[in-house]
Amino acid sequence: MTLLLGMGWGALGVLVIAVGAIFGVWWERKVSARIQMRLGPQQIGPAGSLQMIADVPKLLFREDIIPARADRTLFKLAPLIVFAPIAIAMVVIPFTSGWAPMDMSVGVLFFLAVPSIESIALLISAWASHNTLSTLGGLRGAAQLISYEVPRSLSVLPLVLLAGSLRPLDIAQRWEWWWFPLTLVAFVVFFIASLAEMNRGPFDMPEDESELVAGYFADYSGMRWAIFMMAEYGAMIVASLFAATTFLGGGWPLSGAAGTVLMVVKAVALVTVIMWVKWTLPRVRPDQLMSFCWKILTPLALIQLVVVGVVLIWL
Amino acid sequence: MNAEELKDRLCAQYPDLCESLSIESGRATLVVAAQDLHACAADLKDMGFDFLEMLTALDWGDEFELVYLLRSHEMAVSMFAKCRVLRDAPRVASLVDVWPAANWHEREVFDLFGISFDGHPDLRRLLLPEDWSGHPLRKDYEDERIVRRPDYI
Amino acid sequence: MPHDLTVNIGPSHPSTHGVCNLLVELDGEVIVSAEPRIGNLHRGIEKIAENRTYMQVIPLTDRLDYVGSMYSNWAYCRAVEQLAGIAVPERAEYIRVMMCELQRIGSHMMALGPAGSDAGATSVYMYTFAQRDLVLDLFEAVCGARLTYNYVRPGGVSLDLPDGWVEQCRAFISQLPGAMLELDRLLFGNVIARARMKGIGVLSREDAIACGTSGPVARGSGVDFDLRRDDPFSVYPRLEFSVPLGDNGDCYDRARVHLFECIESCKIIAQALDQIEPGPVRNDDVPRLIAPPAGDTYAHVESARGSLGVYLVSDGSVRPYRMKVRSPAFSNLSVLPLLAKGHLLSDLVIILGSLDPVFGEVDR
Repeated sequence: MTLLLGMGWGALGVLVIAVGAIFGVWWERKVSARIQMRLGPQQIGPAGSLQMIADVPKLLFREDIIPARADRTLFKLAPLIVFAPIAIAMVVIPFTSGWAPMDMSVGVLFFLAVPSIESIALLISAWASHNTLSTLGGLRGAAQLISYEVPRSLSVLPLVLLAGSLRPLDIAQRWEWWWFPLTLVAFVVFFIASLAEMNRGPFDMPEDESELVAGYFADYSGMRWAIFMMAEYGAMIVASLFAATTFLGGGWPLSGAAGTVLMVVKAVALVTVIMWVKWTLPRVRPDQLMSFCWKILTPLALIQLVVVGVVLIWL
Repeated sequence: MNAEELKDRLCAQYPDLCESLSIESGRATLVVAAQDLHACAADLKDMGFDFLEMLTALDWGDEFELVYLLRSHEMAVSMFAKCRVLRDAPRVASLVDVWPAANWHEREVFDLFGISFDGHPDLRRLLLPEDWSGHPLRKDYEDERIVRRPDYI
Repeated sequence: MPHDLTVNIGPSHPSTHGVCNLLVELDGEVIVSAEPRIGNLHRGIEKIAENRTYMQVIPLTDRLDYVGSMYSNWAYCRAVEQLAGIAVPERAEYIRVMMCELQRIGSHMMALGPAGSDAGATSVYMYTFAQRDLVLDLFEAVCGARLTYNYVRPGGVSLDLPDGWVEQCRAFISQLPGAMLELDRLLFGNVIARARMKGIGVLSREDAIACGTSGPVARGSGVDFDLRRDDPFSVYPRLEFSVPLGDNGDCYDRARVHLFECIESCKIIAQALDQIEPGPVRNDDVPRLIAPPAGDTYAHVESARGSLGVYLVSDGSVRPYRMKVRSPAFSNLSVLPLLAKGHLLSDLVIILGSLDPVFGEVDR
């Protein structure tokens, strides 16, 4: 029964991410246009908002090219493995103060663990493409994902300590406003580590456009390529929703339906910041990325953990 | 420094070069025999010509003429060095060890004129594909794609 | 040294600045060797020129450095003028200087934009292209073309400045220094861009000279060499400007030299606009079919990429016996294997971009 329910919510997650990605692409085109002194899409629908409805059929009807020397099975499998964990991770997010699609006692752990399956998918797609640039991208991606798991997980622990529970619902319900200033450093660490997790700029070297062309998904086309893009937007949306519900207190100070709307607004604001960062900053180099992770983010997250622990004892 | 001063200075320093020096189109021009090219280049480099600006060749029928454009940043002057080689034995010493800049230039001349440079570390075709036959900038090179435009007035 | 991966970058790749093929041997992500394999855009322009009359060659020179056509036009026309003894009216010389300084700005925008986007900051490209577009508007007003101008002719320029051009140009150069300083903060002030560009691809002053580099690449390494000042031509001796130099010879200095050169170009244009006087722009005595006396000549200009020269040999006929283009991009690119060795693959595109090659000119 739980399995069926989970599958149902997972399917709904896929739908939410698909719709979110369509909106996200339009939003990103508008945000980046604003940053780059352009207008962005503006012909179809108000402010070009229906542009993606024209683009999706185009992607669906694109020829699906599989390179001759690719490993066909793995090549077809990879986009699904990229996409699925993100949709699955969505089910533990508490959308209102008392309700999450799946109420799990280890929800936070689940949320942190499931998206790391993506690193396997990156390696699979990179290997299956039989392309040196893709291979490099996949290897970079895997190294990056595994490294950034550490500060990302550590940065959520202060909240777990404060709430005394691994249930996202408990964190959302017990959230108080002074948690935010107390866990601000953890929030920043989580935000940066999430950027790296979802391969967004300035940490997008697995899909580095200027040297690896598109990295691990360079050889994908049509809808398979679109699934990779959707997964990227999905990761963005899921991470923003999670941050909005835990670090930013979900619907606080509102509650009920208004609270849910406010939570979504907070998430959209986070997504916008992610885009803003990407379109402003240059990309860091792989070795700089690693030293940033291990020498700055991880110690920061640990210090934050100790600070929260001390505060809890003092309380 | 202008070309006249440079000519006088070169004459003073290397008296045996004097008769092969002239001034053509505003630049001191030194004509060198192929066998003296490397020694002469090393001398010129010691004099301060640290910058090989250009190297090219000309096809004069039975002879090729190599044209080196040298520049001295210190003296702010440039000069030509010209060297003729026979078409039947188009070989000349490589100057890569004197001016590393000669590397690609010599490969280009080898590619387009078929002149070999002895001592070049990596003498391969540069601009044309490796399996190309012939040397296009020779005057006897034939290709139906070369169209001689009429002189429209 | 062992290596485990050979990667082909290009010829169709977003960051090779044209159709360049780089054969890169990697040890992990560290470059063991990077060999540029050029010639993908070789059209044999030097051979084609031998079969055209002197006038018919000018459009070919447009296709050499297609980001800075004015320079190749000018270098070639100077060679023809020297060979055939053609005088150039003073107004035409001023117009040529202004066009070429505008071209320098336009071309440097094509160096600065990719300097950002190679490092991942794509927005920088849009800011530089906004400026480049204004330059192209000025060119379009003057000759109708935005890329291949065919504007400089032996004995002058093809057309005089149209009405309102001077005002349009003044408006452009008055806003440019501010925009350049904004760009300086946006790109060179960014902490990630500094980390990506500083200390990367260091070209020592000795190597810069020995390997034949010129222009911003050499000046980024501290080689104080600018043909406009050191081997003056046209009306440059009457104009005051300084030559910006780099200290370290890394990608950061090379890219930043471009930025300051644009500000210097503004000063040159402003002075030229003040000094220019009405008069003819073309020597009417130049025949349509030029047949210079037999001989050879070399004429150079300081292009956006460095010392651009045309070596022209005449046998007395109406066609050049030989035309050789001394291409600065060709010599500048030849230092790439030296610079790339030992750096990471991610640095390669930044190093290549900092050399600012234009493959129309490299391959000819």
